[in-house]
Amino acid sequence: MEASVFIVGAALILTGGIGVVAAKNPVHSALFLIETLTGVAVIFVLQDAHFLAAVQVIVYAGAIVILFLFVIMLLGVDKTVDWQLKEPIAGQQPLAAIIGASLVGLGVVITTIATDNLTGAIRRGGDRALDSGFTDVERLGRVLFSDYAMSFEITAALLTIAVIGAVVLTRSIGRDDLLDDLDPAPMEPSSAAPHGANDSDLEPDPADGERSAGDAGGE
Amino acid sequence: MISALDPMLVDGVDTGDLLFVLLKVVVAFVFLLVAVMLKIWFMRKVIADFQNRIGPNMAGPWGIMQSLADGVKLFMKEDLVPENADRFVFKLAPYLSLVPAFLVFAIVPLGGNFNETRTLADGTTVTGAFGWGDNLTFLQVADPPVGILFFLAMSSIAIYGIMLAGWGSGSKYPLLGSVRASAQMVSYEAALGLAIAAVVLQSGSLSTNEIVAQQAGEGFGGVVPNWNILLTGFVPFVIFLIAGLAELNHPPFDLVEAEQELVGGFHTEYSSIRFALFFLAEFMNQITMSAIIVTLFLGGPAGPVLFGPAWIWGIIWFFAKLLVFLYGLVWVRATLPRFRYDQLMDLGWKLLIPLALGWFLLLAGLRVADVRNWSGAQTAGFVAGFMAVCMVMASLLMAAVRSARQDRLEREGVDHG
Repeated sequence: MEASVFIVGAALILTGGIGVVAAKNPVHSALFLIETLTGVAVIFVLQDAHFLAAVQVIVYAGAIVILFLFVIMLLGVDKTVDWQLKEPIAGQQPLAAIIGASLVGLGVVITTIATDNLTGAIRRGGDRALDSGFTDVERLGRVLFSDYAMSFEITAALLTIAVIGAVVLTRSIGRDDLLDDLDPAPMEPSSAAPHGANDSDLEPDPADGERSAGDAGGE
Repeated sequence: MISALDPMLVDGVDTGDLLFVLLKVVVAFVFLLVAVMLKIWFMRKVIADFQNRIGPNMAGPWGIMQSLADGVKLFMKEDLVPENADRFVFKLAPYLSLVPAFLVFAIVPLGGNFNETRTLADGTTVTGAFGWGDNLTFLQVADPPVGILFFLAMSSIAIYGIMLAGWGSGSKYPLLGSVRASAQMVSYEAALGLAIAAVVLQSGSLSTNEIVAQQAGEGFGGVVPNWNILLTGFVPFVIFLIAGLAELNHPPFDLVEAEQELVGGFHTEYSSIRFALFFLAEFMNQITMSAIIVTLFLGGPAGPVLFGPAWIWGIIWFFAKLLVFLYGLVWVRATLPRFRYDQLMDLGWKLLIPLALGWFLLLAGLRVADVRNWSGAQTAGFVAGFMAVCMVMASLLMAAVRSARQDRLEREGVDHG
């Protein structure tokens, strides 16, 4: 039972992760990211961390990826791009390969050497908290509002400051030179369509090319 | 390990338990489908009454089979995928709307006897169970310990259905509709969550079964029910109701599919069964949201046993409350005109969220007063002080909004006297 749920969750995470990297369209990448996050939530439920699973879906899938999608759609970068033809940052591919390989190596080394005390939980008293007869929500609440009350408050203040800062920076009240930017820009037709018909003034879209070639052949 | 969430599953899971869980899933599924069919008919009939018309009256007795006929017609229609659409996303979107609508219903307690607490063989106590002897189960598909958070999680997943439908259609009006929808749903989710937090504070649990169990029995003075709508002071209920309507894209918050402005909003390009799936999801969400409100604020299946067998009254009370609520939704739909977009955002951000937050803090303070055994004078002093601080904050906020508007108008050179 447990193993089969784990296999389903792990398959979700892995296919999602590969999809994020492999998908050519940024919106598809974001969708695969949701798949990965949901898979992680499944694993959390399997570990009895119900609260963490719910928050994972609410915060990451429900808010953060929505923001990603907003940015992708409204900036009009939601078109399929073949990065083989157009390299945005010179030399980033070998660099990314090196970093990725070293991270995998690090993971392998850690899991093979430190299998019995991977998270440090055993050193800190083992499963002391797990057996105390409360649900994970109650345990989290207790810890958050006793041991970590100070850091909780500081984080809350930090987030509030960040929100206010973001509003102040984007509004720029009192600066008339920036006021024109506040007017909503006319909507670009191309940002509305995944493969819009008005794409001609933008960079050539490989998918469009393929399709029109296919259509011509078909006719 | 997957923990035992239901008294039936406490002593391990055998084939019988699995079959019973499967039966519960099927019953919930069929119930929702039939309820949607009846709900559409009910809505059209009631609105027709409001408008002095007859409404659907041809298909079946009183026109009750009208939605079935509509459904069959939709299935028979041609299924179009627009040329400009992103085919994968276009086809995925209706299911992303539908599946969360089904899943949320899993946490709603549909019945059970909340008037007695039974003790199981291993010493744990269960309230609101259904069954005999030790063969007990909850009349809900699942009761996860984070119950009501699951509802929030699923409603945030449901946003993707609408957002991706609009984007994947590859045309302008659906995209505008879906951007409106996701902005609206994300904005109102905060108010929704804060209203739920007040209930959770009152009940001390996230599990829906526990929330209902806390509302069973007699309330203040033995005359009023012990429902959260009274215990949390009515304000969270109103906030949840408004935010819930906005979350459903139900009138008066149906800007998402405002026909006059956006053709049909996010589902303009959809036809045939995919269109039907969107509408199925929308009406299922209305039923589920009403059921969640009944569960959170109106005591769910909890209620007195009047006569006959005790187990049936939970189901009767739940459906009676649900029906009253669904009628209320139709009434709102028939009565209120649509909000303008800026009014919608103002209501959500400037009124509902501060009010919900302030009320939550007040309830938390009263909770502390209760735990610490404050005297009546101390509690009254706290409430008065809190109200004064809130008044000062609100007037500061209003002054800031007013001066910002004045600045803006002056810069734009508008003379407003």
